[in-house]
Amino acid sequence: MLLIRLAVKNAFRHRLRSVLTILGVAVAILAFGLLRTVVDAWYSGVEASAADRLVTRNAISLTFSLPLAYREKIRAVPGVTEVSQGNWFGGIYVDEKNFFANFAYDIPSLLAIYPEISVKDKDQLSSLLRDRKGALVGEKLAKRFGWKVGDQVTLRGTIFIGDWDFTIRALYKATRAGIDESQFFFHWTYLDETLRATMPTRAGQVGFYMVGIDDPSRSADISRAIDAQFANSLAETLTETEKAFQMGFVSMSSAIILAIKLVSFVVVLIILAVSANTMAMSARERSGEYAVLKTLGFGSSTLALLIAGEALALSVTGACLGLALVLPCAKAVGSFMTDFFPVFLVSDQTITLSLAAGVAVGLLSAAYPALYAARVGIAQALRKVG
Amino acid sequence: MSSGPLIEIRRLYKSYTRGGQAIPVLTDVSFEIGRGEFLALMGPSGSGKSTLLNCLAGIDRVDSGEIVVNGQDITLLDETDLARWRSRSVGFIFQFYNLIPVLTALENVELPLLLTGLTRRERREHAAAALAAVGLSDRSDHYPAQLSGGQQQRVAIARAVVTDPDILVADEPTGDLDRTSAEEILTLMNRLNQELEKTIIMVTHDPRAAQEAHVLRHLDKGELSRAADTPGR
Ligand SMILES: Nc1ncnc2c1ncn2[C@@H]1O[C@H](COP(=O)(O)OP(=O)(O)OP(=O)(O)O)[C@@H](O)[C@H]1O
Ligand SMILES: [Mg+2]
Repeated sequence: MLLIRLAVKNAFRHRLRSVLTILGVAVAILAFGLLRTVVDAWYSGVEASAADRLVTRNAISLTFSLPLAYREKIRAVPGVTEVSQGNWFGGIYVDEKNFFANFAYDIPSLLAIYPEISVKDKDQLSSLLRDRKGALVGEKLAKRFGWKVGDQVTLRGTIFIGDWDFTIRALYKATRAGIDESQFFFHWTYLDETLRATMPTRAGQVGFYMVGIDDPSRSADISRAIDAQFANSLAETLTETEKAFQMGFVSMSSAIILAIKLVSFVVVLIILAVSANTMAMSARERSGEYAVLKTLGFGSSTLALLIAGEALALSVTGACLGLALVLPCAKAVGSFMTDFFPVFLVSDQTITLSLAAGVAVGLLSAAYPALYAARVGIAQALRKVG
Repeated sequence: MSSGPLIEIRRLYKSYTRGGQAIPVLTDVSFEIGRGEFLALMGPSGSGKSTLLNCLAGIDRVDSGEIVVNGQDITLLDETDLARWRSRSVGFIFQFYNLIPVLTALENVELPLLLTGLTRRERREHAAAALAAVGLSDRSDHYPAQLSGGQQQRVAIARAVVTDPDILVADEPTGDLDRTSAEEILTLMNRLNQELEKTIIMVTHDPRAAQEAHVLRHLDKGELSRAADTPGR
């Protein structure tokens, strides 16, 4: 339609100004998208958690352990389907900057509770289960260090002092986006048996229990039932959903996250100001044309649509350009910061929000010029042209 | 069709306030414009010619008085109704053409038709016919900047007549043109008056332009000279 053509043509009347505005919006949307992805990455552990998993830990704090004997007691609580014990190992590979998550876990029950952790190669799986020093490694982590199945890897213990040798026996893939593919798991029994020989006092101690349940809607009841088992014992427990457990880690950095979120919105506000300024400039320059359109009988609402169309043409073009850049940039940033953010994916929500931000910037920056055009007195504006 | 004048102007007053002080521009202006008349409005700069024309054409408001067109007092219409009335009844020709620079000649002429119920094809046909009438069929895809002043003014005239209004208003339509182009425009306006029976009200400084008109009126310091002169021709 002619009016749409007019709006689009108006948008690109001042090439340089339009291109700069579009670039500004694109950069802002890029920044917005990346910042939101950083926030999402922080929450990736929370997002990846399932409703049918609970975590039982020492009620005092995570740094206190629980006896291994609790395992069978938790197992016996009605509604519990599987229990796996784990310890944060905190081992370092060659250098501290090579950080990745590594755990001692009871691997068969871990795989039962986490169907998302998938070992495709059944031969790898059986050799992992046979080898006491075998390790299960995420594909992303293996790729990062060039590890292959059969490779020997030594981790330097920080919590459990000493050099610990492992053989990589199996690689896992996440069957769901959001699950960290850069974790390192080894047999809990290897840790425990070694400690039994070197530091007997620390043997038989479990960092936390991962608990599978049959009915997510009963998670609160089951948690209470588990904790009731150990009330008034030497090591009381605190059981919560995996989500709440992960959230506990995130909330430690909530101030930073809030700051990042704020910055992401400030970026959009700044670009709104830039875009509004561009539109206001255009509106002023065109007051004569608006007067002509009004003279011909076009109403203020038509002019408002014309201006909104022009603003949207700029801001949505910019937003799309920004979004087109977000995906490759997120990939680049993600691989660069894989130590900090093992999961760095642009979510659908981020894409939707970015587009919405583009549309909002367009509409809001059109508001003042539309009002201005509505107020333009025909005779006055025509006088200026003459 | 009723006989009698097309436009009756009665006791028109208009002033502008500048610095809290009212400056009268039109004081007690009354006259009639006959159907099919070609009226030239002359007078010194600042005498209020444009103001009067704008009020007649419904793009400016009067302080008091009546402007009765076809039996309807347009000073009583609200903005929306006035805009609708303009789009149906008045074609505008400006000194500086006032075409939309990003639209082609044909699109500029089509623009006022968007407010009618015509289909896209009908609009295109009407616009092309109007362009042909001003002799610019071969320039329909040109943008205003690619046209001479005289050609732009002819496009503007096509835009003014495309909706087939009764009244054409022109504020110094030849003011920015050379002799030859000005003559072309005046000939064209005369044809519109003769062949299509448009009532034309033209403000001009140019005595030769005024020659084309049937009726000549002088405005001085907001007051109309009493008698209507008839240019010799
Ligand atoms: N918006 C306005 N505010 C204040 N004064 C105005 C305004 N518009 C017009 N005037 C004044 O009204 C008077 C008449 O102006 P108008 O434009 O009608 O004159 P004109 O006869 O068309 O002059 P010209 O031949 O120079 O075009 C002038 O003195 C002008 O300064
Ligand atoms: Mg004037």
